Order: sequence, then C-alpha cells, then structure tokens
Amino acid sequence: MALLHLLLAQATNPDTNAGLTAIGRGIVYGGAAIGPGIGIGLVVGNAITAMARQPESAGTVRTTMFLGIAFTEALALFGFVLSFIISG
Amino acid sequence: MNALLAVDVPPISHVTIWGNGPLGINKTVVIYGFATLATIVMFWLGTRRKDALVPAGLMQNTAESGVAFVRNQVIMQTMGVDGLYWLPYLTAMFFFIFFSNITEIIPAVQFPANARFAMPMVLALATWVFFIFIGVKRQGPLHYFKGALIPPGVPKALLILVVPIEFISTFLVRPFSLMVRLFANMLAGHLILVTFAVLTAALWGLQIQAIIAPFSFGLLVAMTGFEILVSFLQAFIFTILTAVYIGGAMHPEH
Repeated sequence: MALLHLLLAQATNPDTNAGLTAIGRGIVYGGAAIGPGIGIGLVVGNAITAMARQPESAGTVRTTMFLGIAFTEALALFGFVLSFIISG
Repeated sequence: MNALLAVDVPPISHVTIWGNGPLGINKTVVIYGFATLATIVMFWLGTRRKDALVPAGLMQNTAESGVAFVRNQVIMQTMGVDGLYWLPYLTAMFFFIFFSNITEIIPAVQFPANARFAMPMVLALATWVFFIFIGVKRQGPLHYFKGALIPPGVPKALLILVVPIEFISTFLVRPFSLMVRLFANMLAGHLILVTFAVLTAALWGLQIQAIIAPFSFGLLVAMTGFEILVSFLQAFIFTILTAVYIGGAMHPEH
C-alpha cells in the first residue's frame, strides 16, 4: 500500500512525466511486437513446409508468404508509429 | 556512460522535422526528384532500342528485366492476364518507390525519402481510388459494395456486426496500413542505422569502452546490407498489395 502511495505521488509529479512517457512508449511497442512476431513465425514456417513438400510451387508460395508477412507486420508497425505519437 | 548507452542520440525531432530551403525544397524533395528522374531516364534510355531482338546495355537490360519481374511476379500471380493493363503504372510505381528507398544506404545521402509521410500517403490514396473505381466500373456500384461489405454465408443477425467491420477493414484500414507499412519500415531502418552510426562514433572517442566500437560498427555494416533487402522488399510489397486490391475489385468472389 505504501508503495502504491509512493507510485501515485510519483505519477502526479510533473518531473517524472518524461520517464513515464518513455516507459509507456516501450510498453506500447513491446506489446505490439508480440503478436506479429508469433504471426510472422507461423507464416514463414508454414511457407517453408509447403516449399519443402512441393518445390515446384515455391514461386507462388513465396509471393503469398510475402503478402502474409506484410499483413501481419502492419500491426507491429502501428505500434511503432503509435510509440512516437505518445507524448508526455 | 551516456555515450556507452547511446543516450546521446539526437532527439527524434531531428529525424522528423527538416529545415526548408527556398520554395520549401529540402532533402526529401531533392530525393523524390532524383527518383522520378531516375525512373524516367531508365525507361527512356532502355526503350530506345526496343525493336532490337537482343537487349544490350545496362539500361535496356535493367528496364526489360524490371518489366518482366513486375509482369511475372506481381501481376500474373495476383490479377491474371486481365491485369496487364496495369503493367505500366505498377512498374513505374515499383521503380519510383525503390529509387526513393535505396537512397537510405547511398553514402552522403543516407536518407530514405519514404521515411516522410507525404508520398506513401499519396501513393496509398491513389491505390484506394483505383480499386474502388475499378470495382464500381466493373461490377456496378450496388453489386461492388454489396460484395465488399457482405461476406457470403453470414447469418442475417450477424450482419449488423460484420458490415461495419468489413467497411473499416476494406475502406479505411487498407489505405492506412499501406501507407504506414512503407513509411514506418523506412523510418525504422533509418533510425537503426542512425543509432549504430552515432554509437560507433561516440564509442570511438572513449578510452576503454572503444573495445565495443568494432561490434557496433559490424552491426552497422550488417544492417546496411539488410536495408538494401528492405528497400527492395517494401517496393515489392507495396506494388503487389496494390495489384491484389485492384485484382480483388476486378474479380469478385462469388
């Protein structure tokens, strides 16, 4: 409880705003990168499996893989841009 | 210690705000001018001998393999033969984006012009206008918006939930994500290169900490190589997504 009071007192202190903003930016980008990280791993992993099973369709699979990566990656980039927009 | 933790990186406003020259011409505008000229000159010189059976010279080889790349890897994979009408636009756009990205790793320029919001936004809005226009023209406005907003096989009660989601994802998020993807990728790459360059320079002037400088420099070199790949890949992805959106408007899913 004492820690909570201390944190609240710190949070309302204008001097700590810059530090809190930095922490918030880190949390926003870090959080936004988790899902797309897993997602891109799934996309590329499955694309490699498909290419290994059917090497003759590697061209189509590669194009589709880049599309999948682009769609998945957009979420992480939203977080990246948002972390710049956040200001103290 | 500040230098060791790379705290001395210039503030972010140095990257996002540029001083203006006469008529508002700054580095970004000059790079876009270079990219436009490079695209025009390459295809101008490359197509002067287009009747010759065997292509010769750097310009003609690059121009012809570029056209073949966009035709085979982008249009044939996503739109089919119908999409060949879009070959000139997509090829010009691919090379324009690529030339304005590749300045990121050219010494003494070292700035990707697409790390500014404006041009990715204009290109994304052009794509947005094109795919809506083509959809309305090919299918008629009623059929196109019905196909775009109402996915087949959804129960009627769910439509009140599905239609707004489809509207946001198709007509709002598509152009926005197209713009942010190009812009944020180039800005992120530029920031990574700046960080390692500043870190190397800061470590170089120190005493014992200078041991770390070679590692930082090595990563700078590796990242520069990686950014060549990213410059190409982002131009490719922007082009192929434009092709996918236009192709989706041309051939409705029944």
